[in-house]
Amino acid sequence: METLANLGGGFAIALTPINLLWALIGCFLGTAIGVLPGIGPALTIALLLPVTYQISATGAFILFCGTFYGAMYGGSTTSILINTPGESGSIITSLEGNKMARSGRAGPALATAAIGSFIAGTIGTVGISFFGPVVVELALRLGPAEYFSLMVFCFVTVSAVLGSSALRGLTSLFFGIFLGLIGIDLQTGQPRFTFGLPELLDGVNVVLVAVALFAVAETLHLALRWRPGQEEILPVSGRLWLSKDDWKRSIGPWFRGAALGFPFGVMPAGGTEMPTMLSYYTERKLSKRPEEFGTVGAIEGVAGPEAANNAAAAGILVPMLTLGLPTSATAAIMLSAFQSYGIQPGPLLFTQQAELVWALIASLYIANVMLLVLNLPLIGLWVRILKVPTPLLYAGILVFATIGTYGISNSVIDLVLLYVIGFIGMLMKRFDFPVAPVVIGMILGPMAEQAMRQALTISQGDWSTFVTRPVSLVILLLATLALLGPRFYAAYARKG
Amino acid sequence: MSQKPDTADTVAAAAVTAFGAIILWQASVIPESPLYAAVGPKLVPYVAGCGLVGLGLLLMAHAWRGGWSSGLEDVRDAPPINRRGFGLLLAGLAANLLLIDTLGFVFAGTVQFVLVAWAFNARSLVRATLIGLAVTFGAYLFFAKALGVNIGAGVLEGLL
Repeated sequence: METLANLGGGFAIALTPINLLWALIGCFLGTAIGVLPGIGPALTIALLLPVTYQISATGAFILFCGTFYGAMYGGSTTSILINTPGESGSIITSLEGNKMARSGRAGPALATAAIGSFIAGTIGTVGISFFGPVVVELALRLGPAEYFSLMVFCFVTVSAVLGSSALRGLTSLFFGIFLGLIGIDLQTGQPRFTFGLPELLDGVNVVLVAVALFAVAETLHLALRWRPGQEEILPVSGRLWLSKDDWKRSIGPWFRGAALGFPFGVMPAGGTEMPTMLSYYTERKLSKRPEEFGTVGAIEGVAGPEAANNAAAAGILVPMLTLGLPTSATAAIMLSAFQSYGIQPGPLLFTQQAELVWALIASLYIANVMLLVLNLPLIGLWVRILKVPTPLLYAGILVFATIGTYGISNSVIDLVLLYVIGFIGMLMKRFDFPVAPVVIGMILGPMAEQAMRQALTISQGDWSTFVTRPVSLVILLLATLALLGPRFYAAYARKG
Repeated sequence: MSQKPDTADTVAAAAVTAFGAIILWQASVIPESPLYAAVGPKLVPYVAGCGLVGLGLLLMAHAWRGGWSSGLEDVRDAPPINRRGFGLLLAGLAANLLLIDTLGFVFAGTVQFVLVAWAFNARSLVRATLIGLAVTFGAYLFFAKALGVNIGAGVLEGLL
C-alpha cells in the first residue's frame, strides 16, 4: 500500500493553505478562460504559463492541474449554452447539451455535465494514482531503443489514426518536428534552421506555437469571413439540479463514460474524440428514450460523453507523467512547463520528484471537489463571462498572446513568428490540417531524436537494435499496423 | 468525389512540397559536426524534409483526383471574405509589431486592441479604447509589477 502512503504525503503538501490557494486560483482561472468560446484547455494553460515563472514548481503544477480540470468544466458550459465547443472532446457534449438547452433544460444539462465531470474526474484520478506507479515499474525496464519505438508509435496514433486524414495528420506532424528542430542541436552544438537569426538559436518556444495555432490562427480565421451578428447564448433554463428521473438516467452513463474514457486516455492512442463518440453511441443504444436524441436533447447524451471526456483527459496524464510522452496538445504544453522548471517527466519523475508528483495527483482530487462547488452555484458568473462581446474577446486574446510570447523573450522576432505561424495555422484550418500534431511533434520530435541517438550509441551505431530488441520490435510492428491496417482493411472491404 | 483537379488543394499541396524542399535545402547547409555522433545533426532534418516532400506529392495526387477541402461544410457554406475586417486585424498585428519596442506594451497593446475590436465590428470604438487601456494596463501591473515578468518597457511603463 505504498501508493496510499505516497498519496497521503501528497495530500499533506497539497492541503497547505498556500497550495490550496493555488489550486483555487487555477480552478477559477481555468473555468473562467475555458468558458470563453473557442478556447480549450491547451490554450488556457499556454496563456497562463507566464504566471508561473515566479512561483515554485509544486505551486505552479498545482495551479496547472486546477486550470486543466477547470478548463474542461468551463468548456462544457460553453458547449451547452452556445454550441461552440472549445476542443474536440466537447463536440459531442454540445450535440445533446445544446438541444437540451434549446428545449428549456439547460439547468439539468449543466448539472449532469458538472456532476459527471466530477465523478469521471475522480475515477480518472484514482486511476492515475494506482495505475501510474505500475506503468513506472514497466517503464523503468525500457531502454532508449524501446522509447524511440514508443515515440514512433505515438507519432502514428496522434497524427494518422485519429483525425480525418492520415496524410494531412502526418503533414502537420512533420511540420511540428521541423519546428522542434530549430535551434542549436544539443548533442553536436550545430545550429539548425536558424536562417542566420541569433534569436532562433535557442529554438522556438512551444508556447509561442500553441498560442499562434490556437489563438492567432483562430482569430484570423474568424475575421477573414466575419459577419457581424451576435452569437445566441441560451439562458440557463430549468432548475439547476437533477430531478429523481434525471439522476436515474445519468448514473449509468457517468460510470460507463468514465470506464470508456480512462483507458483511451492512458493508451498512447490518446485523444478524447474516440471515447466521447463511443460513449454517445453506447448511450443512444442503451437509452430507454432514444427518441429524445437529436430532438429535444437526451440527458444520457450529455452525461456519458462528458464523463468520458474528463476521464480520458485524466488518463492522458498517465503517459505524460510516467513516460514523458504527451499524447494531446494540452499534455504537450504541460510537458514543456515541466521542462521550463528543468524537470523531465518520465519514470524517474516518480522517484526523483516523488513529492511533486504526489502533491500534483492529490491536487487533482482537490481540484475536482473545488470545481464541483465552483461550477454549480457560480454558474451565473460563468454565464456573464460567456457574454463578453466577440470583438472585445478576440482583442483581449491577442493582448494575452503578446504577453505569452513577447513577455517571455522581449523580442519582436518572436512576435513576428507568432503571427507567421498563426497565419499558417489559419491556412491549416481552411485546408483541414489538424493542429494538435504540430504541437505534439514539436515536443516529441527532439525527444525521439535524443532517444534514437542514445540507442545507437549503446548499440555502437548498429541500426538493427530497433528491430532485434523484442519489445522495440513489437511496438514498431504495432505502429506499422496502426498506420497501414485501416487502409488494408478499407481495400479489403471494398473488394470483399 | 469528383475527378476534376481541385485548384485550391493543389496549391496547398504544392506549398507543402515546396516547404519540404526548403527544409531539405536548409538541412544540407547545416555544418557537419566535428564531434563523433552516431547520428549527426543532419539526419532528422533530412527525414523531416523528405517526409514533407513525400506527403506534399501524395496530397498533390489527392488534389488531382478531386481534392478534399471543397466538400467540407466550413468551406462549402463559407460566407464571403470580409476584406475590411481582415485588413483591420492585420493592421492591428502590424501596429503591435511596430510600436511595442518604442511605445511599450500598454500603448501598442491598446492600439492593437482597438483595431482588432474594430475588425470584429465593435459597437463603440471609444468604449473599446477605454477597455483596451484597462486590460493592457491591468495586465501590465499584474505581470510586470506583481509577478516580475518583463513584458516590455515603454513610455508609460518608464514613468511607473
